[in-house]
Amino acid sequence: MQRSIDLKWAAIALSVALIAYLALVPLGFLLWQSFFTPRSAAKAAELTLENYRIAYASAETARLFLNSLQYAAGSAAFAFTVGALLAWMNERTNTPFKTLFFALALIPLIVPGILFTVSWIFLASPKIGLINLALQWVFSTDQVFVNVYSIWGMIWVDGLHYSPMAFLLMTAAFRSMDPALEESALMSGASVLQTARRVTLKLALPAIVATLLILFVRALESFEVPALLGLPAGIHVFTSSIYQAIHQYPSQIGLACAYGVTLLIITTLGIYFQSRVTGRGSKYSTITGKGFRPRPIDLGKWRYFTAVLFIAYLLLIVVLPFLVLVWSSLQKFYTPPSPGALQNLTLDPYRFVFNHAPLGNSVWNTIVLATGSATVIMLVTSVISWITVKTRMPGRWLLDNLASVPLMFPGIVLGLAMLIFYLNVNIGVYGTLWILFIAYLTRFLPYGMRYNTTSMLQIHKELEESAQMSGASWGTTFRRILLPLLKPGLIAGWIYIVIVSTRELSTSILLYSPGTEVVAIVIWELWENGQYVELSALGVMLIVALFMLVVAAQLLGRRFGLKEA
Amino acid sequence: MLKVEQLCTEYTDERGRVVKAAQDVSFDVPTGKFFTLLGPSGCGKTTTLRSIAGLERPTSGEITVDGALVYSSAGRVFVAPNKRKFGMVFQSYAIWPHMNVFQNAAFPLEVGHAQANRREIRDKVMRVLDTVGLAELADREATALSGGQQQRLALARALVMEPRLLLLDEPLSNLDAKLRERMRFELKRLQNELGITTIYVTHDQSEALALSHEIAVMGEGRIVQIGAPRDIYDRPCNKFVADFVGTTNFIEATVLARENGADEYRLQCAIGELVARSVRPLARGDSALLSIRPEDIELSAHKPHGANVCEGTVQAKVFLGEYLDFEVSVAERVLLARVHPSVDCAVGQRTFLQMRPEKCVAINQS
Repeated sequence: MQRSIDLKWAAIALSVALIAYLALVPLGFLLWQSFFTPRSAAKAAELTLENYRIAYASAETARLFLNSLQYAAGSAAFAFTVGALLAWMNERTNTPFKTLFFALALIPLIVPGILFTVSWIFLASPKIGLINLALQWVFSTDQVFVNVYSIWGMIWVDGLHYSPMAFLLMTAAFRSMDPALEESALMSGASVLQTARRVTLKLALPAIVATLLILFVRALESFEVPALLGLPAGIHVFTSSIYQAIHQYPSQIGLACAYGVTLLIITTLGIYFQSRVTGRGSKYSTITGKGFRPRPIDLGKWRYFTAVLFIAYLLLIVVLPFLVLVWSSLQKFYTPPSPGALQNLTLDPYRFVFNHAPLGNSVWNTIVLATGSATVIMLVTSVISWITVKTRMPGRWLLDNLASVPLMFPGIVLGLAMLIFYLNVNIGVYGTLWILFIAYLTRFLPYGMRYNTTSMLQIHKELEESAQMSGASWGTTFRRILLPLLKPGLIAGWIYIVIVSTRELSTSILLYSPGTEVVAIVIWELWENGQYVELSALGVMLIVALFMLVVAAQLLGRRFGLKEA
Repeated sequence: MLKVEQLCTEYTDERGRVVKAAQDVSFDVPTGKFFTLLGPSGCGKTTTLRSIAGLERPTSGEITVDGALVYSSAGRVFVAPNKRKFGMVFQSYAIWPHMNVFQNAAFPLEVGHAQANRREIRDKVMRVLDTVGLAELADREATALSGGQQQRLALARALVMEPRLLLLDEPLSNLDAKLRERMRFELKRLQNELGITTIYVTHDQSEALALSHEIAVMGEGRIVQIGAPRDIYDRPCNKFVADFVGTTNFIEATVLARENGADEYRLQCAIGELVARSVRPLARGDSALLSIRPEDIELSAHKPHGANVCEGTVQAKVFLGEYLDFEVSVAERVLLARVHPSVDCAVGQRTFLQMRPEKCVAINQS
C-alpha cells in the first residue's frame, strides 16, 4: 500500500516538474534576453531597453506589423471562406461524391508547408510559373498574370494550404448543431433565408469566430510562406524577421527576442479570445436531442456545379502541386513542361538524393525525433491528463494551463527561446539531437494533452475504482486499466505527432547544426542552394511516405476501432 | 381534419442502403382529437410524423389537412414545412439557446407571412406563456430553464401561431418520472381546452393510453392496429400489439369449439380448458395464442365457482406498493398475476386462479 502511493506521487511529481521545465524555462529566458545585451567572452550581459527601442522606433516595425496583420488576416479569411463553403456543401447538400471528397480534402494537411510553397512557386512564379506560361501561350503576350511573390500570392498559398483545417473545424461545427433547432424554425413558418440568418448563423457564430481566430494565429506563426515568398519580394513579417535577425552577421539575438516577445503577445491574445469565445459557445451545445440525420438540401441541377467546385479545389490543392513536383523531379534542371522537355526525362535527381550524404543521416534523425517525441509525449500527457481529469488535486488547473503554454509559442519563437537558453546554460545539449528532441517535446505537448484529455473524459471513474476495489495498486490500475482504455486516443495522438514533427521546419531551423539535420532542413538547404529538381525528388518521396503512414494508420484504425484523428 | 393515405417514406442511411421507414400508412384524425402513433424505436412513427410536418419528403401517398392537399405523389404536391402552419414540439425541444423565453415564443409570429404588429405579438406571446405557466419567466435566458420548463416553452412556441395541427415528437421522454406524469395531465388539459387536433408520437404505452382518443400501434414501418385505448388494450389483434401494449401472459392453445357467446371459444391449452374471446372468427382445430393480462387473474384460497379456474403453486411474490405481483406455476407454466396488496398468499402455497372469459383474448395463429 505504502509503495503504491509513493509511485503515484513520484509519477505526478515527475510529470509536473517536466511540464514546468519544458513550458516555463524557454519563456523566461526569452523575456530575460529581450531586456539584455548579448553575453560574450569579453563582456557580461547588461540590462537594456535598446532591443525594444530598435524594434519599435523604426518605421520598419510599423510596416512589419501591418504586413503581418494583413498577411494573417487575409490568409485566415481566405482559408475560412473556402473551408466553410466546402464544409457546408459536404455536410448539408446532396453534392455527389461527398465521402470521397472528405478523404481527399485532408491530404494537404500531411504535406509539409515548404513543399506546398515550392510547388506553388513552380506553378505561379512570374518567370517560370506554369500558370503564367500557359496563359501567355494562350493569349500570346509577355504579360505576367499571377505573381506568387506578393502579399496576395502569400495569402493565396498559405490560405489554400490551411483551408482543410478550416474545413475540418467547420465540419465539426455543422455536425454538432442539433438539426431540430433549424427544423423548428422552419415549422414556425420561417423561410430558408430567415432560418439561416436568425438561427443557423447565430448559433454557428461562436464556432465561426473561434475558427477565424485559430486560423489567424496560425498564419501569424507560419514561417515557410513568408520566408520563401515574402523575403524575395521584400515583404517582411514577424517570423521571417526573427529568422533574418538571427542569420545576419553579427546576429542580433536581442532584436530577435524583442520581435519574438511581440509576436508571442499577439498570439497569446488571439488564443485567449478564442478560448473565451469557445467557452461562451459551449453553453449553446448544452441542449442536444437524439441526432436525427439532417435532411440534406436538394440542390437540383446546382449539385453538378458544386461537384465541379469540389474537383477544382482538389486540382488546386492536391493534383497540380503534386504533379508539378513529380515533373520537376524527373528533370536534369528545372524546365517547364513542353514536348521538348519530355525527351529529357531522367531519374538523376532520385539518384542524387540517394547518394546525398546528409540525407541518410537526416532521415534517421527525423525518424528518431518523431517517434521518440511522440512516444514520450503520449505517455507523459496520459499521466497529466489523469491528474487534471480524474483527481481533485489542488492546483491541477495550473498544470492544465502549463501544459498548454507551448500553444502560444510560434515555432520560430520557441526555437529562439531554446537557442538562448541552451547557449547560456551549457549542459551539453546545444548542437546535439537532444535540443531538437526537447524542442519537439515542448512544441507538441499540447497535442498529446488534447488527445489524452478527450479520451480520459470518456473513461468512467468507476472503472478505475473497481480495479482498486479488486486490490490493484495505482501503478497496476494505470497500466492494466487506463492505458488499454486510452489506447485508441494514444495511437491516434502518436500518429498525429509523428506527422507534424516530420513536417516541422520553423523550430528546427534555428536549432540544427551540421550532423543533426532533419529531412525538412535538408529540403530547406536544397532550396537555398537552388537544387530544385533534387528538392522535388526528395519532396515526392517524403509525401508518398507520409501518405502511406496515414493510410496504414487508417487501416490499423479500422481494425482496432481507432477513432478519427 | 387530417387524412393520411398510403404514405410511404424511405431514406438512404450512411452506408447507402435504402431504409423503408414508413410503408402504406393510412389513418384519419377528426378535428379536435388526440391521435397517437405508438411503437418501439425504429418502427417508423417519427418518420411518419416528420412526413406530416414536411421535414421528410415521402416517396408516395397523400396527406390532406382540412380538405387541402399538403402532399400528394400523384398530384406532385409538396407544401414546404414553413408554409404548412403546423406547430411542432421536438424531442430535444430545440429551444434556441441564443434567445430568451419571450424571443423563442415570439419567433413564429415574427417570421410568418401574416406579420403581426409589436403589440399584437406581445399580447399573444404573453397569453400563450401564461397558458403554459411561464409568464413570469418571459425575460429569462432560455438556457437557464429546467427540463420541464423547456418542454413547456417548446409547447408555447408551437401553440403561439394558432396552428391547424399540433405535432408532438416524444415530448415527455426527456423528463423524469414524476414530472412526466404531471406534464401528461397538463397536456391532456391543454388539448381539451384548446380543442386542437394533435398528433402524438411515443414509445411509452401508458402515455398513449392515458392521453389519446385513438391510438395507432406501429411495427416495422406499418400500422398494426388502430383503435381507442380500451380496444387496443382489451382486444389486441395480434401478438405484437398484446406484447407491446401492457404486460401479458401468453399461452399456446388449440380451438376446441365455439361457445354460446358470439365471439367466445373453448380452447385446450397447457393449463387446461379455457374459454376466451376472439376478435376474429376461429375454426375448430386452429392454433391460437391466449393473452391474459396479469391484473385479470384472480387468486383465491378456495376453489371459486365459474369458468376458467385452475390450480397452481405460488413461486415468488413481489411487493410493488400499489399492487402485488405473484408468479404462479400451473402445470409447468409460470403465470404472472397482479393483485391488490391485501391478498395474502405465502410462497409455496397452493392457490386457485380464475380468469374471466371476456378478459382472455385468443389470437389466431394459423
